[in-house]
Amino acid sequence: MSTTLPRPTKVTTPDEPARETPAAILPRVSARRPILVAVVALIGAMVVGVSVGPADISLPTVFSALAGHLPFIHYHSHTSAIDWDVIWQIRLPGVVLGGLVGAMLAGGGAAYQGVFRNPLADPYLLGVAAGAGLGATLVIVEGSGSNVSTFLPFAAFAGAVVAVAMTYLVGTTSGRRASTASIVLAGVAVAALLTAIQTYLQQQHEPDLQGVYAWILGSLGTASWADVRLILPYVTLSAVVLLLHRRLLDVLRVGEEEAGALGINAARVRLIVVAAATLGTAAAVSVSGLIGFVGIIVPHTVRLLSNASYRVVLPVSMIGGAAFLILANVVALNVQAPAEIPIGVVTAFVGAPFFLFLLRSRRTGVL
Amino acid sequence: MARTKRRLLLALVAGTFGATAVGATVISTSLPGAAAVSATTTYPVQIAAANGKITIPARPTAIVSMSPTATEMLYAIGAGSQVKAVDSYSDYPKDAPHTKLDALTPNVEAIVAYKPDLVVVAGDTTGLTAELAKFGVPVLSDPAATSLNQEYQQFDELGVATGHLAQAKAEVTKIKGQIKNIVAAAPKHTKPITYYFELDQTYYSETSSTFIGQVLGLLGMKSIADAAKGAASSGGYPQLSSEFIIKANPDYIFLADTICCGQNAKKVAKRPGWAVLTAVKDGHVVGLNDDIASRWGPRIVDLLSTVAHSLNHHSST
Repeated sequence: MSTTLPRPTKVTTPDEPARETPAAILPRVSARRPILVAVVALIGAMVVGVSVGPADISLPTVFSALAGHLPFIHYHSHTSAIDWDVIWQIRLPGVVLGGLVGAMLAGGGAAYQGVFRNPLADPYLLGVAAGAGLGATLVIVEGSGSNVSTFLPFAAFAGAVVAVAMTYLVGTTSGRRASTASIVLAGVAVAALLTAIQTYLQQQHEPDLQGVYAWILGSLGTASWADVRLILPYVTLSAVVLLLHRRLLDVLRVGEEEAGALGINAARVRLIVVAAATLGTAAAVSVSGLIGFVGIIVPHTVRLLSNASYRVVLPVSMIGGAAFLILANVVALNVQAPAEIPIGVVTAFVGAPFFLFLLRSRRTGVL
Repeated sequence: MARTKRRLLLALVAGTFGATAVGATVISTSLPGAAAVSATTTYPVQIAAANGKITIPARPTAIVSMSPTATEMLYAIGAGSQVKAVDSYSDYPKDAPHTKLDALTPNVEAIVAYKPDLVVVAGDTTGLTAELAKFGVPVLSDPAATSLNQEYQQFDELGVATGHLAQAKAEVTKIKGQIKNIVAAAPKHTKPITYYFELDQTYYSETSSTFIGQVLGLLGMKSIADAAKGAASSGGYPQLSSEFIIKANPDYIFLADTICCGQNAKKVAKRPGWAVLTAVKDGHVVGLNDDIASRWGPRIVDLLSTVAHSLNHHSST
């Protein structure tokens, strides 16, 4: 994949303090407190994540087990092999994978909203979901036996990346100068096309419908360390690139032409951010399925609660997104335990009302 | 993938139908109580089936079976020569007239094209009975049996319908005898042996009260799914989770997703966290034939025999 991303030009070197930019555009923002709050939330979510599950393991047992397995600490834990197995092989991978996926979806959503200056943008805007969905569906209906679980992540990842590449190619070469609108419209068209193919395949293989449907709604119930290893490089690379561009996203907020006047190549920033977000999001959905809503509500919640600057929104969304998805997974795995609710149902069901409440109280000045 | 989902769906659909139809089915099959006397059917014959009272005017010679289990039963009672077409999932016996007929979304026109005089189904969710009634074709529904007795009744029912009641009775006697022998030879345990019965890779399972659960229960075995919340509301087919299974630590794992999903003992041992399970460590992960494990036909004896064999192995090691 595109590990060699084109480096930004001099002015766009992201870590450099934005000297040339007027103070009006980039007011002093402290990200420290919101980040601290988000980190506390994340730690809380992780504690809940490792200690709550269908297998009744008490909180002290969980901590004793974890302490007993920490390196350099000679503490003897009396946890049974089975309990430790549940904690280490089932719950922890779920927590870590949930964190990575949540961080990626929320961070990707925030970045897309910035680069397209559209509050409704989410990481699926340019066809990631449709592409991954088609890739997954192809494997589910055409694959046989255990091949399905082996190849599904790769097919979903490839589908997502190809879909966004198609969108970008069509959107940026269509007639006039490429605008964000033409890219978004190309995304709509590509998504419609791929979804049509996917729907056709589903109809042709109706017994597989449940499998496809379950994947679309997402699941972290079978998370393993192998999944974590699979997506960690992509998610890390993606997160780092996005975070390096947080200041440029702030500049883009004033408009592409204004950003151009400040010497920023908006099209290039857009390409880098989209490429990075796509890589990470594609990796995330390839192991988790199409978990919706995280990319929209988490960044907006951060904006409503703290600050609209991307220097705050981007990192806090990532940390908050991780916390949110870890908790959503706990709900998904435990409400009807041992049966699992699709995590996408939880993120929407819990997330939407909370977000509406936030939006309302913010307007009426309660917050 | 395709097969498991369908089997599960069929089991669920048939399960709901079975539950409502328990009372109805009994009438017809307890009717020829004097078996020796009424061993031959006099047509027209009326059968109180799961889908209502049906009349078969004459000995059927063009049966369309839309149920893999019914197909196996029809051949077992010697009615195979009267079968004209079987659905796409009826893969046993090999010499049955296989077609592409889809049992889940049956196409009336495609069925009528075979000019059937009896259609056997395992459940009717699409109004097939009413549709085929317009063509004067009787539909006999034999939904998933919820007990061995129901399976035996279905043999009788098919025997009456096809004019092979004597052979149906003989087949039931044979199955009963075989089961008795297997159970008698199986090792006795003071504590019930626990097992996890895997229907697919999303951990859908079966409780001890399901048809298969009752059959394994004959060997003194108990499903870990019994303890799952939602075991009852799911009709005995709850979804479990990896964590639940590991914590329950069953003595045995039975895989009914070997054909559909290529699962086996090796792959189970490699699942995250499963290596510590007693069943895995003791080599008690047993692959079953998905098809046999999801049907309630004559080959239930094979299933019981496979499971009993693994238990014998258990006691000798």
